[in-house]
Amino acid sequence: MKKFKLRRGYDIKLPGETVRTIEPFTLPNRIAFKPTDFIGMKPRLLIEPGDKVKIGTPLACDKNNEKIKIVSHVNGEVTEIVRGDRRVIQMIVINVDTDQHEKEPEFAINDLSKDSIIDTLLESGLFFNFVQRPFNKMANPADTPRDIFISAMDTAPLAAESSLILQGNESSFQKGLDVLSHLTSGKVRLSFKPEETAFSEFKNCELYNFSGPHPTGNVGVHIHHIAPIRNAHDIVWTCSVQSVIHIGRLYETGILNQEILVKVAGSAVDRRYYHRTVVGAQVSHLVKDLNENSRIISGNVLTGKQIESDGFVGYHDNLVTVIPETTEPEFLGWLNPGFAKPSWWKTFASALLFPNKVRTVDTNMAGGHRALVINDIYEEVVPMSILPSHLIKSILVEDIEEMEALGIYEIAEEDLALCEYICPSKTEFQQIIRQGLDLIEKEG
Amino acid sequence: MKSLYNFIQKFSSLFGKGGKLESLYPIYEMGEGFLFVLPQKTKTGAHIRDSIDMKRFMITAYIAMVPAFFFGIFNAGYQHFLSLGQSATILTILLKGLLIVLPIYLIVLVVGGVWEVLFAVLRKHEINEGFLISSFLIPLIVPPTIPFWQLIAATTFGIVIGKEIFGGVGMNIFNPALVARAFLFFSFPRSISGNSVWTVFGEKTIDTYTAATPLAVVSDTVTNSGGIIQILADKGYTWFNMFLGTIPGSIGETSTLAILLGLLLLLITKTASWRIVISVIAGGFVMTTILNLIAPDSSHIFALPFHYHFVMGGFAFGTAFMATDPVSSSSTRQGKYFYGFLIGAVAILVRTVNPAYPEGMMLAILLMNTFAPLIDHFVVQKNKKRRLKYASQ
Repeated sequence: MKKFKLRRGYDIKLPGETVRTIEPFTLPNRIAFKPTDFIGMKPRLLIEPGDKVKIGTPLACDKNNEKIKIVSHVNGEVTEIVRGDRRVIQMIVINVDTDQHEKEPEFAINDLSKDSIIDTLLESGLFFNFVQRPFNKMANPADTPRDIFISAMDTAPLAAESSLILQGNESSFQKGLDVLSHLTSGKVRLSFKPEETAFSEFKNCELYNFSGPHPTGNVGVHIHHIAPIRNAHDIVWTCSVQSVIHIGRLYETGILNQEILVKVAGSAVDRRYYHRTVVGAQVSHLVKDLNENSRIISGNVLTGKQIESDGFVGYHDNLVTVIPETTEPEFLGWLNPGFAKPSWWKTFASALLFPNKVRTVDTNMAGGHRALVINDIYEEVVPMSILPSHLIKSILVEDIEEMEALGIYEIAEEDLALCEYICPSKTEFQQIIRQGLDLIEKEG
Repeated sequence: MKSLYNFIQKFSSLFGKGGKLESLYPIYEMGEGFLFVLPQKTKTGAHIRDSIDMKRFMITAYIAMVPAFFFGIFNAGYQHFLSLGQSATILTILLKGLLIVLPIYLIVLVVGGVWEVLFAVLRKHEINEGFLISSFLIPLIVPPTIPFWQLIAATTFGIVIGKEIFGGVGMNIFNPALVARAFLFFSFPRSISGNSVWTVFGEKTIDTYTAATPLAVVSDTVTNSGGIIQILADKGYTWFNMFLGTIPGSIGETSTLAILLGLLLLLITKTASWRIVISVIAGGFVMTTILNLIAPDSSHIFALPFHYHFVMGGFAFGTAFMATDPVSSSSTRQGKYFYGFLIGAVAILVRTVNPAYPEGMMLAILLMNTFAPLIDHFVVQKNKKRRLKYASQ
């Protein structure tokens, strides 16, 4: 088994770690699907508010490929469709029936040819679990990926432990790996931390160990070190541990079961546990005792999306982070020696004297937006041979050839999220990367 | 402080979008941002950010130059009384120094500030903290006798041509302070070279006072059986007093000790790239060693050892505060090694080989500013080639 020890990166020490206890399964009162969770999907509604839905009922399909569908995994009733700017569908909200014991539909799981598996995954709505590189968007069912990468290690601040997600689902996970191996012309590649030995027993896949600071756990980093993306047509698919379990469960029983593990963490919430619930759960079902003036994030503090207190956990997310909002101005703050200020830089006493101390971080920008001045520090938090500031500049001037040559196909927004964190000019790295990916997909 | 904050917030609509003074928003933002770290929430991307911002970065660089500034104030007064042959109390020396240096600093600050604000308002961007650094650097690299009108012209040239026409902070190719100094050097050479400008003289000068800087002393072709070091010692310049800085020179450049204190701060806080600093010293050392080996005799300037070069002229100052400017230096890590090395080597070469320029550091840095993009180009090419290699597999 190949082992990688990466040095570059940075672990932000956040307070609000979770108790390693898993609360028993509860069904939320409401769930929602957010088509914006599937980058590249243009949804067309197949239902309207008031419609009753069952497990397996298609709710929306992609305008460009009707076989790509958002499918309900609960019995219930559609209560509202939330739209945003320019009538973009933001949420499909479903009231969940308390009685979920109607006979569930069975999906076709006997044929293990690639086409049949893809059809079943599309029918069950599980196809959305595949995210493709390059472009970091929803996979295309017509493609045959060169490899499938699974990251069984999330190194983001306060991330959920992969071993806990796996716990109790080992046979489903193996079944999922078996199914995935039919979908690719190459291999299924599973990367995990050396100490999480539960993953070393799996078959029908290539195993890899990675250790190092965040973003060592990012699947993009794994792809870069194992088998990097070579060009715009070198397609690989990625999926999470949770996704593999869902696919495995489907192929073990024929029944769609999207029960997941969600971790609630962060310093602005008092009760912090792991919860068993379903995909798209309403966050008020999981987060109690919310502090005033807090921000709820579906996902981690670097790449997650802000949700309201009555909002819903994102389709791909295993984590809800709750952190305090910034409220107070600080007089002459930039002059403060900074014994308690969290920073990667050594210009604060906190980082010079106590770099490993856990400090409360709030949502303060801590400065205004400026031009990019310091160029070579970003490489220190990106464990890939990418030149982040040069790449960003090439995107800003829309130089397609330069973007390609500098490796835009190899990265996703999450891979440069730490650059955004440490940037003193407050450059919006993730947004710029997204613009670059969209641009080059369109015009490349 | 909450009441002060609330008071300032009252003006935000006046300067904000649609307000009557909207065009002057950069001034409002500068004042507001100067007084407070604002509770501005993250909106897109990462929800948390590092506590650092450009103000913090610049203030660290500013603090690093303060020892050199204070010593420069002291030294300006000290050289004055030394030239008169008078003894004076510390207080008198400091007061005289302040009288010499403060007007220079204030002029640069005001002139630079006016241009900075003008461009920010016209171009509709924020007032950048970088001007605090440039306006602190320029007084430190001019002689204490610089005529004020020349200073105004040089500061204007440095800020406008050296920085603003390229798009402001972050976009300039050359170090703006060095552009200002180069302007002085080529337009008003008699104000910035020769033996009479480095000290503020009084009504008379005593005979034993050496007005020439150490670099000027070694550039004279004189022979002495004791070698070049003896030539310096005869004029009163030992390694130690050159290290301490009690010698004539530009305001901030003389005290290697004060500069090193600042450099230490810059390196500990990662505000300056250690790669550049090490490389400049390495380049200077290698070039000096080569010259030492080919020196025709021990009195020749080629024979000057590196630890002397380091404490003379602007070498130390340039290493610590000019070569390390993140915008005008190489932007890649490997590029910085080449960039720094060539600065050190060229500075020594210009000093020793060219009689017209006793000081080579300024020219070396400006030259390498020109080549920094080229050096980066090769490093970026290497990155691209590596990618192409596995793309074709």
